[in-house]
Amino acid sequence: MDAKMLQARLLELIRRTSCELPPDVIRAVDKGWRREKPGTNAKYAFGVIRDNIKLAAGKSQPLCQDTGTIICDVARPDWVSERAFRAAFERAVDEATRVGYLRQNSVDSITGRNSGNNLGPGSPVIHFHETTAKALTARLMLKGGGCENVGAQYSLPDTGLGAGRDLEGVRRCVLDAVNKAQGKGCGPGVLGVCIGGDRATGYVASKETLLRPLDDTNEDPVLAKLERRLLDEANTLGIGPMGFGGATTLLGVKITARNRVPASFFVSVSYMCWAYRRDGFQLSAAGRIAKWLYD
Amino acid sequence: MLLEAPFTEEKMRALKVGDLVEITGVVFTGRDAVHKYLHEGGKPPVDLRDAIIYHCGPVVVKEGGRWVVKAAGPTTSIREEPFQGPLMEQYGLRGVIGKGGMGPKTLAACQKVGACYLHAIGGAAQVLAECVTAVEGVHLMEEFGSPEAIWEFRVANSRPW
Repeated sequence: MDAKMLQARLLELIRRTSCELPPDVIRAVDKGWRREKPGTNAKYAFGVIRDNIKLAAGKSQPLCQDTGTIICDVARPDWVSERAFRAAFERAVDEATRVGYLRQNSVDSITGRNSGNNLGPGSPVIHFHETTAKALTARLMLKGGGCENVGAQYSLPDTGLGAGRDLEGVRRCVLDAVNKAQGKGCGPGVLGVCIGGDRATGYVASKETLLRPLDDTNEDPVLAKLERRLLDEANTLGIGPMGFGGATTLLGVKITARNRVPASFFVSVSYMCWAYRRDGFQLSAAGRIAKWLYD
Repeated sequence: MLLEAPFTEEKMRALKVGDLVEITGVVFTGRDAVHKYLHEGGKPPVDLRDAIIYHCGPVVVKEGGRWVVKAAGPTTSIREEPFQGPLMEQYGLRGVIGKGGMGPKTLAACQKVGACYLHAIGGAAQVLAECVTAVEGVHLMEEFGSPEAIWEFRVANSRPW
């Protein structure tokens, strides 16, 4: 596959991610909508959200104007180098910005100048892993600033929360993060949680776990149980869509763990808004999209 | 209920908490950079008297020589809490559209000036973009970039905020 074709495939991945919510997310939104009582603000908010999902897909326009931090996770086979992938992805990002699939979203933190094409130091974010598979697998997440701002990291023990170094302590941290987020993260949201790691790897893993299908079950039965419990408990808080009140505060909770050093016990929480824009594909060496990962 | 320009104090004071409001008229986008600029004494490039400010960083592209709004939902309002009240009083703003709510300073200013905070549905960028019937101008684009500029949006038959 030449560079132009790779760029075209990546542009399609960006377009689809920005404009079309994956089916697993739509199912969760529909479930939330069914759960809310008629005539409530929560039901109204869900109605607008559902209309918005249909409009964006129909018009091929961004679901949300904040097309967020561009995070791409790539399992890279031998036939493409990191350098070649990055070059093609950056050209695709530039093009996607010009045609309006992405907002001009990369701002110099010192001068305040907007680069105008989403390129600049640290933008876009690409995480590479090597794979022995023949196909390339790319997953893309567009994570808006509103939800990113309500992410939180805790260092246990946390005396204020009464949170010790165990799963009960983790539970208290996660519920605190949901309560502090209220409607500011564009709920109902999905939480990615990492127990352990250092401050940097904890946050990275908390985002990586958001790449899981929304309706899967954690392979670790202990974490699976904690995920279910936290989802149920968060949905009794009454925060609801956009903080308007209601029965649906979260659409999902995904938890992962990393080893830690004895002195540290971090709990890292990434909040993803209902506009849970993440998609992915498998791409053959010849440039054929073999599979969309969330369909 | 319908809220039509001009946005007068009388119309704003008639609104009740929880009302669903449809807007017809011009709204100005303005977010972090614009609020900081105005708060530090920057000259407003538009007349803010009786104006509605929309906390929004839209996606707008030029197609065939004209601006086309591709997405235009609200951004989180609370970041403007330090600036909103003083600007509301200084310029006589009549309304703010955003998401996530604001704080006590803005609430007090709303009460004093006769202004309202209108809560849009976060992420609903297409539903809200559909309400924009024309882009009447753009200001401070060079300085702040497209998402942070002041866009003049004519809106009609907006879904309630």
